Amino acid sequence: MRVLGIETSCDETGVAVYDLEQGLLGHCLYSQVELHAQYGGVVPELASRDHIRKILPLVREVLTTTATTPQQLDGIAYTAGPGLVGALLVGAAVGRSLAWSYDVPAIGVHHLEGHLLAAMLEDPAPKFPFLSLLVSGGHTQLIKVLGLGQYQILGESVDDAAGEAFDKTAKLLGLGYPGGAVLANLATHGDPKRFTFPRPMVNRQGLDFSFSGLKTQVMTTWKAQASQDEQTRADVARAFEDAVVDTLVIKCRRALQQTHLTRLVIAGGVGANQRLRQQLSALANSLKVKVFYPRPEFCTDNGAMIAYAGCCRLAAGERASLGFNATPRWALHNLQIPRTATK
Amino acid sequence: MKLLALDTATEACSCALLCDETQFERSVMTTRHHAELILPMIDEMMQQANLRPQQLDAVVMGCGPGSFTGLRIACGVAQGIAFAAEVPIIPISSLAALAQAAYRDKGMTHVLAAIDARMGEVYWGEYILGENKLMQLCGEEIVCPPESVKLLENSAAYGVGSGWMAYNTVLLKALGTVTAISVETETTYPQASAMLPLAAAAFEQGLAVSPELALPIYLRNKVVHGS
Repeated sequence: MRVLGIETSCDETGVAVYDLEQGLLGHCLYSQVELHAQYGGVVPELASRDHIRKILPLVREVLTTTATTPQQLDGIAYTAGPGLVGALLVGAAVGRSLAWSYDVPAIGVHHLEGHLLAAMLEDPAPKFPFLSLLVSGGHTQLIKVLGLGQYQILGESVDDAAGEAFDKTAKLLGLGYPGGAVLANLATHGDPKRFTFPRPMVNRQGLDFSFSGLKTQVMTTWKAQASQDEQTRADVARAFEDAVVDTLVIKCRRALQQTHLTRLVIAGGVGANQRLRQQLSALANSLKVKVFYPRPEFCTDNGAMIAYAGCCRLAAGERASLGFNATPRWALHNLQIPRTATK
Repeated sequence: MKLLALDTATEACSCALLCDETQFERSVMTTRHHAELILPMIDEMMQQANLRPQQLDAVVMGCGPGSFTGLRIACGVAQGIAFAAEVPIIPISSLAALAQAAYRDKGMTHVLAAIDARMGEVYWGEYILGENKLMQLCGEEIVCPPESVKLLENSAAYGVGSGWMAYNTVLLKALGTVTAISVETETTYPQASAMLPLAAAAFEQGLAVSPELALPIYLRNKVVHGS
């Protein structure tokens, strides 16, 4: 079974081809990040306008580079939500219509299910069940993953997502938007001992996170500095990053101990953060669990994870109706376990 | 000639099919269910005509102006079908569709097409009957406050479209009293069926484009506050 996957939920247009027997055949991505940077955030209408310009050239490119003929396609997957409704509708319209015209089934994929399963594109791939740490600009969640569509949220951020905290903190340190990755890079030159920020909610029971207070702490500290020189900026960045990473690691440790799961899978854009990866690997070593990371380009939004998740659901017999739609708000735990195909 | 047309630019959701001598169409009114409705409508119509997408010569897309999301639904669907069928797309203006329907249904030869653009503006296009029973644009299509529309042709004219529902008095005042203007209330929304004759002519003139080059015409391009 070979599936074309389309991702358009936010500001990246991603298209990929996944084959159940041969694995990922190819993928391509167009990022709008520069377009939105000048506005300090994603402008939904501009994002939608860019998706409709880029989507078909990317589909053509990926079909060509993977030497996939229309006859070889067994299904089309597109991100159906959550995300920006106008952006989602572009991918859904093109994806659902391609499937109708090729006379193959279509499937609307949950964007976060795509992220949760992105590590499956790597070798070795994790086996079910596993603990997933989903950390992105929109989400910070610890999820017990029992199988396809079986997701139990163990804890999540009560306010800002980790990636959002990175971007907002970068902005107030004058690193531009989206500056999360710039901040992480700057932090490598920072002195870890000069400032210390609290690790939010680690003294409380449970597995929830909170990052908005940390951002305020950074702002107060930064404004109090007589000399806002480059080294001070790097030192603050380092202390911020350490606080976020530590918090994530502490909660992962707690979740692994509570669930007795032996596999930890990272998902989402913050999963590309090097310090987080180092610390989680150290944690995994100490607890004798295996940790799995998608390659950095599959941590951020991409078409490959949608092609993969869509392929799994299509293989299980799930089908989208001919009328398509976008679901901008869609809780992960509301996902259904696909019934095995009857035909 | 075999052309599939679709339009979701306004509260109307419609598709039409030219299959040599025969014509089919479907049209419903909906506020925000175009995405759920359009493909089932097209599918049912194509089955009735016993036609597969690969047998089409081109896909005709209502390219706007109109609701931004609506334009992208029509564009995305048209792109998907045209790409898969390996045929080009013929973009047709929703204002032109209004004008062509006014000629087809009421014999009007000078039409002032207006679509409510919200935010105190209208999408505006003036059309007169040209060769081959096809309505032709005078000047260009614009988005502007209803107070600033101007008449380009001096003959009795008919106002059609949702813009006339929203701004009847203001539009009449802006156009002055030199020319007799009647407002036609039945042709309110663009229909895919009215795009077919315009598209057939455009196709023969070689105006069809590769699917990835067929994009919405928004007219309103200031979408970020303060920019």
